[in-house]
Amino acid sequence: MEQINLFFNENLLEIYVLLMAIFLGFELISRVPTVLHTPLMSGTNAISGVVTLGGIILIRSAESTAYLQLVLGALSIILGMINIVGGYAVTDRMLKMFKKEK
Amino acid sequence: MESLVAILYLIAVFAFAYGIRMMRHPKTAKNGNFISLVGMILGLIGAMIQPLDNGDNNYIWIIGAMIVGGAIGLPLAQKVKMTAMPQLVAMFNGLGGASATTIGVVELININNQTPVGAKVVSILALIIGAISFTGSVLAYLKLEGKLRKQWVVPGHNFWNLVIILVMIALGAMISSANSGIGWPLYVMILLALFYGIFFVFPIGGADMPVVISLLNSLTGLSAAAAGGIYGNKAMLIGGILVGASGTILTILMCQAMNRSLWNVILAGKFQAGGGAGSDEDQVMKEITKPDAAILMQYSKNVLVIPGYGLAVSQAQKIVKELDDLLATTGVDVRYAIHPVAGRMPGHMNVLLAEADVPYEKLLDLDDANAALKDTDVVLVIGANDVVNPSANDDPGSPIYGMPILNALDAKHIIVMKRGRGTGYSGIENPLFFHEKTRLYFGDAKASLNEIIAELKENL
Repeated sequence: MEQINLFFNENLLEIYVLLMAIFLGFELISRVPTVLHTPLMSGTNAISGVVTLGGIILIRSAESTAYLQLVLGALSIILGMINIVGGYAVTDRMLKMFKKEK
Repeated sequence: MESLVAILYLIAVFAFAYGIRMMRHPKTAKNGNFISLVGMILGLIGAMIQPLDNGDNNYIWIIGAMIVGGAIGLPLAQKVKMTAMPQLVAMFNGLGGASATTIGVVELININNQTPVGAKVVSILALIIGAISFTGSVLAYLKLEGKLRKQWVVPGHNFWNLVIILVMIALGAMISSANSGIGWPLYVMILLALFYGIFFVFPIGGADMPVVISLLNSLTGLSAAAAGGIYGNKAMLIGGILVGASGTILTILMCQAMNRSLWNVILAGKFQAGGGAGSDEDQVMKEITKPDAAILMQYSKNVLVIPGYGLAVSQAQKIVKELDDLLATTGVDVRYAIHPVAGRMPGHMNVLLAEADVPYEKLLDLDDANAALKDTDVVLVIGANDVVNPSANDDPGSPIYGMPILNALDAKHIIVMKRGRGTGYSGIENPLFFHEKTRLYFGDAKASLNEIIAELKENL
């Protein structure tokens, strides 16, 4: 119980931020029209590529001889970068196709 | 430096949120995507220059990995056909999950007696959620590619579901109380989480894919947020949560469009086939000939096209547009009615028609389409089935009763293009096909449309 109390006191701001982020996510999406659901999905999918930041920090905090960590970290960056580059590029390609009536 | 990094992350988070916001309208969506990309780049720069307590930076590894990842991702995105879009989005999504899993694994291997419990818990979450999203997405990819048509439910699926979750929680508790990471609980947890993704997507059928894909999308976001928790990285935390929340709401919207609960989609897996009226033996489908179909459309005031997965399968989007243009020259107003769950991912039909240069103003959503249907001369159903099934309105015994549909029967004439006489994917009889107003045109959508276009050209 004490640990839980401590956790809350230490991370109160983070908890507020997370709750607001959840709320913001709900609000932002509920107003997107059906027409744009696919680009929206692939666009937010690209955002989940932020996980790459973790891979970068992981490799940077490794010693230059910790090969297991370096290789796995590089793997996570490669996977994350495919997600980012592919996600944004494909979303852009889709959105370019949406045209107004001439 | 610390404050510069903090500002970079702040701008990154704002750019993600603002970018999503700009996706509310087709006109601003493209810029929104760009703003979100700028946010991502700033975030990456932040992670590169953020001061760290220890480590040798190893920039060469980072740059190398980034180049490799980019070089793989870009051509994939540029070359894929629009009809293969759901698969590709599923695949990208799965890789994001795999990335989070890898980070979780490394962090858990590095556990020592100083690692705080909180860090262990978020690492475990990143590992589990990421792994589920990874194998789940790969399976979704295979199903969408048509490489995996089987759909099986283990006897006692819900029971095993619970067992796996409980075992993972137990292993998680073991790992979080351990002082070193390498050991069988970690390996078993990795395998179990990977297996769970397969277990969870396997029973779900192709028609329910829009729900699954947006759910997996949301999971990847959550795994990224959990990985952000490991490093206390605000950009990762908030970015991941934004994706998680938005994916969740999109999942709920898709479920509402089918009038089913999320649990029903995930656990029941599939509609119960059969049942409902319309299976009476004496009902017959009435076919329409090529000239009749052409003339009916040519001399109508307006035509409303209702596309479904069949359109995507035969890649007929460009031919539809050709028919549209041809009819427009004779003064027929052609528009399109898009059901939210038509196709295999949210908004699937919109993307296909956009690829064929159909302006988005001509695409009507469910409510507008149903209003327009009352004043429509000809409805042309192309490869859609459940989304126009009137049993959803009037047959309480039907498995899809209560699902909002496009009321095709409100129109004066209905032409249904269909590959064969079968009941389609869900196995539910569709009384619309037997209705006196309805005429069937059998064949592959693309071939059928080409025949009608040829006929129209002769008439003109």
